[in-house]
Amino acid sequence: MDTSSIPQTLPRFSATLDPASMAEIRRAAATGIYDIRGGGAKRKVPHFDDLLFLGASVSRYPLEGYREKCATDVTLGTRFAKKPIKLDIPITIAGMSFGSLSAQAKEALGRGASIVGTSTTTGDGGMTPEERGQSKALVYQYLPSRYGMNPDDIRKADAIEVVIGQGAKPGGGGMLLGQKISDRVAEMRTLPKGIDQRSACRHPDWTGPDDLEIKIEELREITDWEKPIYVKVGATRPYYDVALAVKSGADVVVLDGMQGGTAATQEVFIEHVGIPTLAAIRPAVQALQDLGMYRKVQLVVSGGIRNGADVAKAMALGADAVSIGSAALVALGDNDPALEEEYQKLGTTAGAYDDWQLGLDPAGISTQDPELAKRLDPVAAGRRLANYLSVLTLEAQTIARACGKSHLHNLEPEDLVALTIEAAAMAKVPLAGTDWIPGLSGM
Amino acid sequence: MPAFDLATQSKRDLNQRLHNLPADTNETHWTVANPAGEHAIACGLDAPLTVEIQGHAGYYCAGMNKLATVIVEGNAGVGVGENMMSGTVHVKGDASQSAGATAHGGLLVIDGNASARCGISMKGVDIVVKGSIGPMSAFMAQSGNLVVLGDAGDALGDSIYETRIYVRGAVKSLGADCIEKPMEAKHKADLRRLLDAAGVGPEVSVDEFKRYGSARQLYNFHVDNAAAY
Repeated sequence: MDTSSIPQTLPRFSATLDPASMAEIRRAAATGIYDIRGGGAKRKVPHFDDLLFLGASVSRYPLEGYREKCATDVTLGTRFAKKPIKLDIPITIAGMSFGSLSAQAKEALGRGASIVGTSTTTGDGGMTPEERGQSKALVYQYLPSRYGMNPDDIRKADAIEVVIGQGAKPGGGGMLLGQKISDRVAEMRTLPKGIDQRSACRHPDWTGPDDLEIKIEELREITDWEKPIYVKVGATRPYYDVALAVKSGADVVVLDGMQGGTAATQEVFIEHVGIPTLAAIRPAVQALQDLGMYRKVQLVVSGGIRNGADVAKAMALGADAVSIGSAALVALGDNDPALEEEYQKLGTTAGAYDDWQLGLDPAGISTQDPELAKRLDPVAAGRRLANYLSVLTLEAQTIARACGKSHLHNLEPEDLVALTIEAAAMAKVPLAGTDWIPGLSGM
Repeated sequence: MPAFDLATQSKRDLNQRLHNLPADTNETHWTVANPAGEHAIACGLDAPLTVEIQGHAGYYCAGMNKLATVIVEGNAGVGVGENMMSGTVHVKGDASQSAGATAHGGLLVIDGNASARCGISMKGVDIVVKGSIGPMSAFMAQSGNLVVLGDAGDALGDSIYETRIYVRGAVKSLGADCIEKPMEAKHKADLRRLLDAAGVGPEVSVDEFKRYGSARQLYNFHVDNAAAY
């Protein structure tokens, strides 16, 4: 019988065992090792896109776009520090290490942040003269590995950030693979060149919140109580972690959701540990409110901030400021389509490149190869970052004025509604068109 | 000789006065009475001072020390001499956990015993413990020397990098990638220098020690070593 005329079932991929899953199975079977990459969670999770602002109308009075002031300044570290950090905009640059990033990229981050009056942050491996020199406000990360940890640098910093975790890998340490260990990186970290450098997941000299309180006291004593002390946590149990950070004496809590990037860790860690930024903010704010410390201990939120709407939404939910990392790298030139030919040679495409651990970045950002790093002009890249930060600020101001707010800090949850039930439950704002906040109101 | 009494004066005032001293100060010898286990005494010093703490100190005594000599007449709490860069820290009693953690330089001498994680992630400091040390000591130790006249607890030198460990007594167990290594003449000379610096006389012979260090098998990740990680 001629079967050519019989309609055929279309080839159909499994939603469960989809092509990406099968490709990963084959890769794992061939190599015997988990996939490592940089960046944050790529899966779709409830995010700021699932929220909308309610602009002013009859019941609310808007502010004029180009005439009436909408302030953006923020002061971080008002609880105990003699010298809090005063920033012109509430968008800071997150901690990223020299080692994972080139010296040029670190310098560009400092330049860009300084142009618009905000802070940048060191990372594992210590402080480089380039970033100190180009950063008006520099936050020094105090990490478990203590690579490059130097009290002189702590004294030169404007604030200290005790890193307990990060959103991409809460509970995890790090690994800087040998190919990124240049002579300079090796020297700063007191290790031989070319070996894998593990960053510990726990601090070596304290365990738990009672010890953390004493550690913070030591850092304050060493810096004569001048510098704000931040505590950074990856978003997992934000209510309790924020409460314990406050109890331990933090001036500022930095809360990083699962979309926050990392230089390198296991894909399974990035995608399956931690909670979305959207889900973390309200419990964190609740903890501060319950302790009577809201706006006294500042909350900095990071993980997936891309535009001014995200900034405004994070602040409306209660953040005092936000922090960006991956988006700042894109502004510098990361994943630029102009480099598509080179990304293709690396087996990827512009926009998807995430093998930051390999040090082959054609944009010269996540590399220690001097030839690649040379491609990044820190002055021009810093300018791009400053432009981007300005746009974020202008966008957030646009939304705030539309909501009738004369300061970004005046944004509030009542300005927001959610597009999905999940986002409504996480952000604790009503589902659009209803007064229903899942878990809180109505039935 | 400036004398400070923590029974009547605050630790904050003490540390501030020590920090304010210029590098060429004549006030180079300080005593601190009644420390009563206060935390963070004499931390963050950055001048060639001698500070004698006349009793027990709490956590992080002499933390991040540079240039100074800090002497604890009694016991010291967690993290004594943590991340010290140079100078000398001398504990005449016992030390708690994480003594000399991540320290980059200088000499830490403990006359008594040191608890768990002594020399964890040490990055160049020399540590001499005249008693014994607890488990997980020299974990991920990167550089410098750890000398132990007594015994060592479990998992000594786990995931060690380039630190050299010398133990005179028994080692309960070695951690991942830590092995015994031969004592060559240069190691004996180095050990003698360290013992002399710590005030250990010739009655203790370098021939009584064994040397431990990294097998360097875990320096670059390999799937066949997965069970060791």
